[in-house]
Amino acid sequence: MTSLVIAEHDNATIKAATLNTVTAAVKCGGDVHVLVAGANASAAAAQAAQIAGVSKVLHVEGEGFAHGLAENVAAQVLALASAYSHIVFPATASGKNIAPRVAAKLDVAQISDVTQVDSADTFERPIYAGNAIAIVQSLDVIKVLTVRTTGFDPAAATGGSATVESVTAVPANDKAVFVKAEIAKNDRPELTSAKIIVSGGRALASAEKFNEVMTPLADKLGAAMGASRAAVDAGYAPNDWQVGQTGKIVAPQLYIACGISGAIQHLAGMKDSKVIVAINKDAEAPIFSVADYGLEADLFVAVPELVAAL
Amino acid sequence: MKALVAVKRVVDYNVKVRVKSDQTGVDIANVKMSMNPFDEIAVEEAVRLKEKGIVTEIIAVSCGVTQCQETLRTAMAIGADRAILVETSEELQPLAVAKLLKALFDKEQPGLVFLGKQAIDDDCNQTGQMLAALADLPQATFANKVEVVDGKASVTREVDGGLETLSITLPAVITTDLRLNEPRYVTLPNIMKAKKKQLDIFKPEDLGVDVTPRIKTLKVTEPAKRSAGIMVPDVATLVDKLKNVSKVI
Repeated sequence: MTSLVIAEHDNATIKAATLNTVTAAVKCGGDVHVLVAGANASAAAAQAAQIAGVSKVLHVEGEGFAHGLAENVAAQVLALASAYSHIVFPATASGKNIAPRVAAKLDVAQISDVTQVDSADTFERPIYAGNAIAIVQSLDVIKVLTVRTTGFDPAAATGGSATVESVTAVPANDKAVFVKAEIAKNDRPELTSAKIIVSGGRALASAEKFNEVMTPLADKLGAAMGASRAAVDAGYAPNDWQVGQTGKIVAPQLYIACGISGAIQHLAGMKDSKVIVAINKDAEAPIFSVADYGLEADLFVAVPELVAAL
Repeated sequence: MKALVAVKRVVDYNVKVRVKSDQTGVDIANVKMSMNPFDEIAVEEAVRLKEKGIVTEIIAVSCGVTQCQETLRTAMAIGADRAILVETSEELQPLAVAKLLKALFDKEQPGLVFLGKQAIDDDCNQTGQMLAALADLPQATFANKVEVVDGKASVTREVDGGLETLSITLPAVITTDLRLNEPRYVTLPNIMKAKKKQLDIFKPEDLGVDVTPRIKTLKVTEPAKRSAGIMVPDVATLVDKLKNVSKVI
């Protein structure tokens, strides 16, 4: 029994989500191999070899992998799949894009957003926006999984000594072509791996206010910034800040929700945080039902006060 | 060109579901059902492409129980021209739905297939990608913007950290994200007109697809409850609690 983890990387470095995915793969039992498919990705492959628990890194070079196009990466995984019992992706935008393609070609079901590995074929996953947990058993020979990264601790990034093996690349598909990316420049910690997140909702009322009120708090705490869907849809915050069922799933040490009512779709994205603080002027807001500390106050007064008190 | 749009009947997004006491699933008897919100966005996008003269006919498809006809009528009230129901009482998992859609893709030969990025009941986010794989089509998931020119679609996608634009050759599969568009309200005259539109019903056997579930649900449980929190009177108390009780800052 051997698992293949599909590494998420930007060709130069391995992304944090890969480390949590390795932990999940180790729990499936057997050896763990990591696939690094990229363009000029030898640095990322070398880094993958350092991850504790990994016994082999498969390194594939090809221009078609430069931007992680699903058509090309899935074809590469399929070329290797027969040697593995588990094929494991992080449940990130990239993993979710590729994994079902691999599963369908193998004619196996895929299990999404696994939060716990009970045994080699039995997994737990949330359904209905996290309002229920399904314990499911795969009846297929090869298990294709995506792993919710907040459900697993990250594997140590160093201490491993895996061998790096070069693999022949499959030819690139020409039906899908990468055109451009607009990646937001950000000095803050990455939302999904941040220890502290400060998150704002519709009550902030404008992009200027969002920035003016929330940024000092995030700066003071060294926190990542998040937002509710209402704030994103209204244009107060960029869409990759959205926390919730259909946005990012986070589980920081501290989550501070300011002016967020707490719709079930939002709670689904943050209720596994260790400590939740809610600041809202509506005492009936559902967010208070999951908050460890609730403060009924106008956020435009309370947040600057909080910044001053820290 | 034709556009195929897949729609799913799900528990309404405002309903907080309860786990059944025998832990076999969630209780969806007597619960309000609606069209999956992402699928509404998918239908809306197809209708907008038709209004621009790019799409000539929109076929809405749903797979599941008889009541899915209501969901298809809604799609036709938004603007789909006709509908297909693949009727079965069997539990349908994404792989089975992808196979059914592949069979309909072969039959109808659409230039574009739209699906929602995920259904809000099983939260899988798989069907579009699986259909693309089975039909050997390029895919653009989590679409935020779609432009169709000269047999290609330029699709901007929502990815971690920002946006990404792909150019894909048609036919192709596109799955919709929340911000692609604002679905229109259905009007009463359009609901009446939708009742007269064509709705064909097939069985999975008619399409030669085996829909046997491949994943067995052993148990469905309640998520762990959070212990009750406290309300603090002011910011000073809050800071004190965070520093000295929870020790998170």
